[in-house]
Amino acid sequence: MQMTMIEALNHALSLELERDKRVVVFGQDIGVNGGVFRVTEHLQEKFGEQRVFDTPLSESAIIGSAVGMSVYGLRPIAEIQFAGFLLVCMNQLVSQAARMRFRSAGAFTCPMVVRAPYGGGVRTPEMHSDSLEGIFMQTPGLKVVIPSNPYDAKGLLASAVADPDPVLFLENIKLYRSFRAETPEEYYSIPLGKAKIVQEGTDVSLFAYGAMVPVAVEAAKQLQKEQGTGVEIIDLRTVWPLDEEAIVASVEKTGRAIVVHEAARAGGVGAEITAIINERCLYSLVKPVGRVTGYDTPYPVPGQEDYYLPTVPKVLSALQHIMEPD
Amino acid sequence: MAIQKIDPLLVGKVPYHQILDVEGKLVGNMPGLSADRLLSLYRYMQLGRAFSSKIISLQRQGRATTFGSLEGQEATAVGLAAPLQPQDWLTTSYREIASLMVKGMPLSTLVYAFRGFTPEPYPGETHCLPIQIVIGTQMLHAVGLAMAAKISGDNAVAVGVCGDGATSEGDFNEALNFAGVFQAPVVLVVQNNGWAISVPRQKQSAAQSLAARGPGFGVPSVQVDGNDILAVYDVMQQAVERARSGQGPTLVEALTYRIGAHTTADDPTRYRNPTEVEAWRVKDPLVRFKRFLMSRDLLDEAEDQQLIQVIEEEINEAVRVAEAMPPIAPDSFFDYTSASLSPRLQEQRADLLRYVKPLSP
Repeated sequence: MQMTMIEALNHALSLELERDKRVVVFGQDIGVNGGVFRVTEHLQEKFGEQRVFDTPLSESAIIGSAVGMSVYGLRPIAEIQFAGFLLVCMNQLVSQAARMRFRSAGAFTCPMVVRAPYGGGVRTPEMHSDSLEGIFMQTPGLKVVIPSNPYDAKGLLASAVADPDPVLFLENIKLYRSFRAETPEEYYSIPLGKAKIVQEGTDVSLFAYGAMVPVAVEAAKQLQKEQGTGVEIIDLRTVWPLDEEAIVASVEKTGRAIVVHEAARAGGVGAEITAIINERCLYSLVKPVGRVTGYDTPYPVPGQEDYYLPTVPKVLSALQHIMEPD
Repeated sequence: MAIQKIDPLLVGKVPYHQILDVEGKLVGNMPGLSADRLLSLYRYMQLGRAFSSKIISLQRQGRATTFGSLEGQEATAVGLAAPLQPQDWLTTSYREIASLMVKGMPLSTLVYAFRGFTPEPYPGETHCLPIQIVIGTQMLHAVGLAMAAKISGDNAVAVGVCGDGATSEGDFNEALNFAGVFQAPVVLVVQNNGWAISVPRQKQSAAQSLAARGPGFGVPSVQVDGNDILAVYDVMQQAVERARSGQGPTLVEALTYRIGAHTTADDPTRYRNPTEVEAWRVKDPLVRFKRFLMSRDLLDEAEDQQLIQVIEEEINEAVRVAEAMPPIAPDSFFDYTSASLSPRLQEQRADLLRYVKPLSP
């Protein structure tokens, strides 16, 4: 069935609620309103207010209570309305949910999913477009998943719910409705921590995730047309933990690597991938690793956001640069 | 009405204040306001409503970004800012645009901001912090500003405003606690408009009133009819004076109603019964105040029409000015990240400028 990412996620949540009585879905405006993006549309009607419910406006209470519920044995799927507001519940997510197993020597765990829309390019107010995954890579105990298409979104969400530990599931706002893709109606899962080769190539590895995957694909297409370069595009899908084997295997094949993400550059996914390459396959490189990222500034106002985000010309330019002969 | 300490055991029984009833009839003690001042309050309320309609219409035409309607909340927005002096501070959410106007924020600056640009320079002299998007956060900033005024021995007070949803946030409750402990010269205002996007007030808190939160923190609290400009003004005037004279903080809950959608991105028909909206339209703050002004011979129908027309022209002019202003430079966001631009950021700025031509100043 052709689905948007919104529909695929809605399907996935519905299946989880059906499959497992322990699953509860909650957050701000997710009940009657069906979520501000409609990801949870009709779920309350189908599964009742006991299992799908609106909360007061308190990110910290949403995550903190999810900690308690998951320790008790439920499988909470909590929504934070926009990823920028994850910063309001950092203590509960980072110091509590992600550390419960550690603190209790494994006696108590937090198998919970925190869903949050993220990402720029849609003219939102401040704090509605931030890409904060870099911060959560430095949160031991927490996994970070970012799908780039409806099929992956549904399968990855299934694995996130099944995971024994907390998973931050970031959904790119621009991708929510930008295209439909064939997505099975039945249950399936896609393993966490496994990247996907979007297209194979032998000349340069292009690492991306979320809304940067279509940007990478377009830039690669133009480069292919221009100079016949074979770009291998890797969709990371899980940004923490990273699929090191996939990264190394691709770089060993191509000898060149570029990472694209809309999050700020410093200390982020690109930095970590570069370090992995340095540690594991530096001598395969024929050129320094490139990064095309958001800048190390706050995410700017709507009138400037297009300048902040990595674009096809920026990625193309980085590809051309890395393909230049010495 | 006197603001008083409330026994925390009397939760839900805070004083309720009203001066004008729904018909616009005086049912309380008239605050000491001159005719000019009364008309000025009315003008700002009309300005707030017309501005809100205008930006929503611009948004529909692709000429403005997301905007939260002010309709129905003009009495609270205007009344909470009206007693403030230039040295006083105001921290708001996105729902108090009319408060910013009262505090001196130029209309064209606001229009420019809603075009999606950062106004340069930001009018810091208004002592209004930029509109806060993260819910409830600004209440602590108001407390800090007030604490600083007290530490500095200045005659300034601060007002922080949030909505009913924000009272569920930790920051709101922590702000009340700090305000009480440090006896900060601050007034914390909750614009209870009944809805936090789709979540109704009764699902936000099990307490009978949000004002009842104050007593638990040792902060005197009052509930006011938020659609009654005279009552809001009166309560705020007293609370501000209490703060200025060293008597500490006050919590004010203004009972009003969000007639419009949460923002231009919201569809309230999904979750709200239209009969509820209609019931609140009857309590329209502008209609009520207009009736009062007319009953006092301070305004007639012709003058009202003229005022509305003048305001429309004023707003259209602000839109013309704001739309004639060039977009901010594509790379100006680098200028405001830190006091100085690190070599790394200089490099990143140069990278950006490879893709866009900087606009001439």
